[in-house]
Amino acid sequence: MKDDLAVLFELRQVGLDRGGKTVLDSLSAGIPEGATAIVGPSGAGKSTLLRLLNRLADPDRGEISYRGEPLRSYEPLALRREVGLVPQLPALLEGTVESNLRYAAELAGERLELEETLGHAGLDPSFAERDVKKLSVGEQQRAMLARALAQRPHVLLLDEPTSALDHAARDTIEAALAELRRELEISTVLVSHDPDQARRLSDWVLRLEGGRLAGCGPLAEVLA
Amino acid sequence: MIPPATAATSIHVAVWQVAASLALVALAAAISFWQKADLERDIAVATGRSIVQLTLVGYAIHLIFEADKIWLVLALLAVMVLFGAITARHRAAKVPDSFGPLLIALALAGGTTLGLVVALGIFDPTPRYLVPVGGMVIGNAMTASAVALDRLGDEMGDARARIEASLALGATAREAAAPTVRRSLRSGMIALVDSTKTTGLIFFPGTMVGMLLAGASPTDAVRLQLILLYTLLGSVSISALTATLLAYRNFFNSAAQLTEPRS
Repeated sequence: MKDDLAVLFELRQVGLDRGGKTVLDSLSAGIPEGATAIVGPSGAGKSTLLRLLNRLADPDRGEISYRGEPLRSYEPLALRREVGLVPQLPALLEGTVESNLRYAAELAGERLELEETLGHAGLDPSFAERDVKKLSVGEQQRAMLARALAQRPHVLLLDEPTSALDHAARDTIEAALAELRRELEISTVLVSHDPDQARRLSDWVLRLEGGRLAGCGPLAEVLA
Repeated sequence: MIPPATAATSIHVAVWQVAASLALVALAAAISFWQKADLERDIAVATGRSIVQLTLVGYAIHLIFEADKIWLVLALLAVMVLFGAITARHRAAKVPDSFGPLLIALALAGGTTLGLVVALGIFDPTPRYLVPVGGMVIGNAMTASAVALDRLGDEMGDARARIEASLALGATAREAAAPTVRRSLRSGMIALVDSTKTTGLIFFPGTMVGMLLAGASPTDAVRLQLILLYTLLGSVSISALTATLLAYRNFFNSAAQLTEPRS
């Protein structure tokens, strides 16, 4: 970890098994503030690691700390409002885009700035009243991003947010994420199987292979 | 208070009449054989079990009526609750540790509804009323809670991604599971609500048929049937609600994480 970057997450010997199989094996790495990408082939444990960062699951071995405190010492619900996660596939609640955003904002005790939040996710205000069932997958994924942003998180965990999308929809999401980095002080941890996407959207990279750490450091060093 | 069913006690059904009705069982088995529905064996088992179980229950009820002791009634109802929960657990196989929620749901549904009908003065707290009404109440509560938990198990699997997405926003387990719990509760209650809507139009409910056959006046038969339908509605809602509200928790751990599905 470079000295000039504040540490966001610190992983120490993190291990996790599922169904008798080791999914994450003795991971020790740091994730600084800013934009980080977790890269690696399918089945490398990327999404599993991401879910550990906002306590949707806990590791079987080792420890993760967040801003210097053990992750387990944080109350899970409060932590998840501060460290938001956008899953790989859209999973909105029935209703309109606005009702989904309101739900998220209310959970976090935040006032919803509807148009501004939609704008950050690359959606124009007319989307507020749209029924989520009538959105394309790309639009739903942007609504998921907007819903996470409605909570004004400090950290945003993004699990392959463009994997189900065509190129045009992918570019829109990436543009929205790049815009977010410029406008909001949100750190992002992006899971991607695409090294080019990691290059476009991150400064720091963790590379996983078969549940083990195969590289960790600045973008230029790990994905040279 | 419902008057004693004097007419009902006067009816006598001979063994040969029961035996004769087996002709219809033979017809059912023949249809199954002819159409290769492969139900002959099940029909035989069902017929055999119905004879043995109902005969045994008949003797048990006879003894309980003779003894006229309230603790015997309560013991019988407790056994019904226990077997009801064990039976319903098989249908709710996808729900982890469903036995506890089902046991509490059936006990609460039986206790509350029977307590209420006695407290309101509808029935006397005597074996003659509590045993048959208790059996109906617990039986229907069992079906409703089994259907509700069966649906809950399916829904928790299908809606896993959506529930986890809600947890990821900081929703509590209860908030994240609320739409699923709502749909499961509805599934448990809808059958009885629908049959209550169509009762008398499309089918005659069992109690009414039984009373009419036993020689009761149609007015009494209808009134008693209405009381039982409303009692069952109450018990079905209590059991489905209790079972789903207790059982959904078993899908989560104390850190509001979804537990791994059973393979």
